[in-house]
Amino acid sequence: MPEQLAFTIEVFLNGLMAGVLYALVALGFVLIYKASGIFNYAQGVMALFAAMTLVGIQNGQVPFSHLINAIFGTDVHSFGWSVHSGLAIVFTVFVMIALAWMVQKFVFRHLVGQEPIILFMATIGLAYFLEGVADLMWGSEIKSLNVCAAEGACLPQGINMWIDETTFTAFGYGFFIDNLDIVASIVAAILVIGLVAFAQYTKQGRAMRAVADDHQAALSVGVSLNFIWVLVWSLAGFVALVAGIMWGAKSGVQFSLSLIALKALPVLMLGGFTSIPGAIVGGLIIGVGEKLFEFLIGAPFLGGATENWFAYMLALLFLVFRPQGLFGEKIIERV
Amino acid sequence: MKMKLATMAVAGLMVAGPVMADLVFPSLSYRTGPYAAGGIPFADGYADYFTLLNERDGGIGGEKLQVPECETAYNTEKGVECYESLKGTGGLVYQPLSTGITYQLIPKVTADDIPMLTSGLGRTSAKNGKVFSHVFNFPANYWDGASVAVKHMLDEEGGDLKGKKISLVYHNSAYGKEPIRTLQELSKKHGFELTEVPVDHPGQEQKSQWLQIRRDKPDYVIMYGWGVMNQVAIQEAANIRFPMDKFIGIWWSGSENDVLPAGAAADGYKALTFHNVGSDYPLYDDLKTHVYDAGKSAGAGDQSGTVLYNRGMYAAMLVSEAAKTAQEIHGVSAITPGQMRDGMEALNITEAKMAALGLPNFGPEFQVSCDNHGGNGFAAMTQWDATAKEWKLISDFVQSDQDIIQPLIDEDSTAYATENSIEPTCK
Repeated sequence: MPEQLAFTIEVFLNGLMAGVLYALVALGFVLIYKASGIFNYAQGVMALFAAMTLVGIQNGQVPFSHLINAIFGTDVHSFGWSVHSGLAIVFTVFVMIALAWMVQKFVFRHLVGQEPIILFMATIGLAYFLEGVADLMWGSEIKSLNVCAAEGACLPQGINMWIDETTFTAFGYGFFIDNLDIVASIVAAILVIGLVAFAQYTKQGRAMRAVADDHQAALSVGVSLNFIWVLVWSLAGFVALVAGIMWGAKSGVQFSLSLIALKALPVLMLGGFTSIPGAIVGGLIIGVGEKLFEFLIGAPFLGGATENWFAYMLALLFLVFRPQGLFGEKIIERV
Repeated sequence: MKMKLATMAVAGLMVAGPVMADLVFPSLSYRTGPYAAGGIPFADGYADYFTLLNERDGGIGGEKLQVPECETAYNTEKGVECYESLKGTGGLVYQPLSTGITYQLIPKVTADDIPMLTSGLGRTSAKNGKVFSHVFNFPANYWDGASVAVKHMLDEEGGDLKGKKISLVYHNSAYGKEPIRTLQELSKKHGFELTEVPVDHPGQEQKSQWLQIRRDKPDYVIMYGWGVMNQVAIQEAANIRFPMDKFIGIWWSGSENDVLPAGAAADGYKALTFHNVGSDYPLYDDLKTHVYDAGKSAGAGDQSGTVLYNRGMYAAMLVSEAAKTAQEIHGVSAITPGQMRDGMEALNITEAKMAALGLPNFGPEFQVSCDNHGGNGFAAMTQWDATAKEWKLISDFVQSDQDIIQPLIDEDSTAYATENSIEPTCK
């Protein structure tokens, strides 16, 4: 196989993997927008908060320890135990459910019927508030994230040797695929199947879809709007946790994790704000598009670092021809 | 009631604002946002050193010290706002810890007659004090770092880099682009092939860049990164099994924050430094007695001995010594920012002075002058030991290639002077 073709295939495959990671973030946005029409600016911070909470619980860190020590003059930082990853994930999910309940009770319940821009501004406030709470609760230092099923069976990182050796034997060039990306792809696939199945086949899922279609009609047949919104924010919190784990495993858990939301925006523009499969397909197109553009044009002719703007340009291009995104619902307002 | 409120307001102001007779060293810190993990240890080290001087020595020359902090979040606009808001406190010297903020403040500090110290960052050609009268960047700058990295490679390759490939992975910003010209000149001199690999802010996703490096198979990679870019780059380098001892970061890519997330995979990674590492210095005994044990540590008090804490402490030490020099020159203890500038321009750091301060072998010797606001360009190499979880100094402090760097500084500073109608002169 010609070397350039092998490189292109490798870039294509890595683009797909990167796209899955973008889609993981985009999924959270889609869930909330679909059910409530709210563009949740805080989704990136939710991923940060979830990942910090997970690491904090795993390490037995005392939440708000700096605050407690400052007020009471104590010197407590750790409970002195460590929690198994599985258990820590379960506890973190409970924390995210509690957060969803509080967000609904203290913020959005009071904003029902408000203009979308008001709801959007509320999520901006929520993002900064949550970032501050995360800082106060768990501190701002960078934390290593190790999610392990058992001793020595942690999230894998680094080149997949099987793919490297197999492709080397077949094509004379070993492809690089990160083990973590493979795991992320499997997790994303399970997550999407699970979410779609939940929406299609469960009572709560159908109620969620009913609220998404017409919340007043759903209310009239006895669906609790409050419950559905808590459910949706909880699901978005769970998706944020998964995204936080995958991204946090790459870079450590730190405040810049909230910026992963920037990677999700072009995915949403392209895939549509209301479609779960759209988030996945959008993620894949953006991932492959930006990586191929960087490889074929950006690095050789434009000095590189084209991925950030190219993703948005690609999304804009789609918007021109299909404003609702690839899988979004067309909005028709009759006068 | 009104009287009570007025009294409380006045009392509040007295508590909140620094006493005007004190020497004020404002801290443009960033304890929040994506770069907080780097900003916190520096700010803590900076504050703790001044606390030590207050507690142990009663300040500098009998004058108590104040360190008002302003949160910039590593945001240039906020940094400028902080400068403007703290200017009224009589701040003697500013240290922005951000190249973006530095660029914005250069004309402002010059107009306001307030010095600014940008150790290891900012505008490199500010070393020329005839053009940049109020900006100091001792003891080393970005170009020194690039040159010392190449010198290290020369040492490893038996003095010959002909035909070798070096990739520069850099933060795609004014900061990250700083070493490009120097490395281009060095590549001409030493015959190595230079590839530039930019990474956009914040650098959370670098797959394209590291696939390119895997294809190019460079002999060495130099990194000019900051924040999350560093951690991701080190992890990606480990993923493609790039040899860590051939991967060299600038000093802003060489803290514990950068290597710990990658765990054992980061073992052997190298980074430049312009000061020593660890806490095995007599000064730390004093810090323990007068600051830590007295419950007067800045922040959470958990950064002591880290690379960036040491850097903040070192920066505070340098400006404290400059303040002492200014007091000696002008014969007054309550110096003004203008007098502080004079002290910085006359600063002489010797090993004897460092040892007396409790920091023997901590940093290079240098003498500042009007011609030279940047020191002598000495830097050393450190290496990460993932097992011991500590940085180790693995070289002496080595001077950069002045034959390459000085002409570049002259050229860039002259261009700045022409653009801004500055007549190069000594004050």
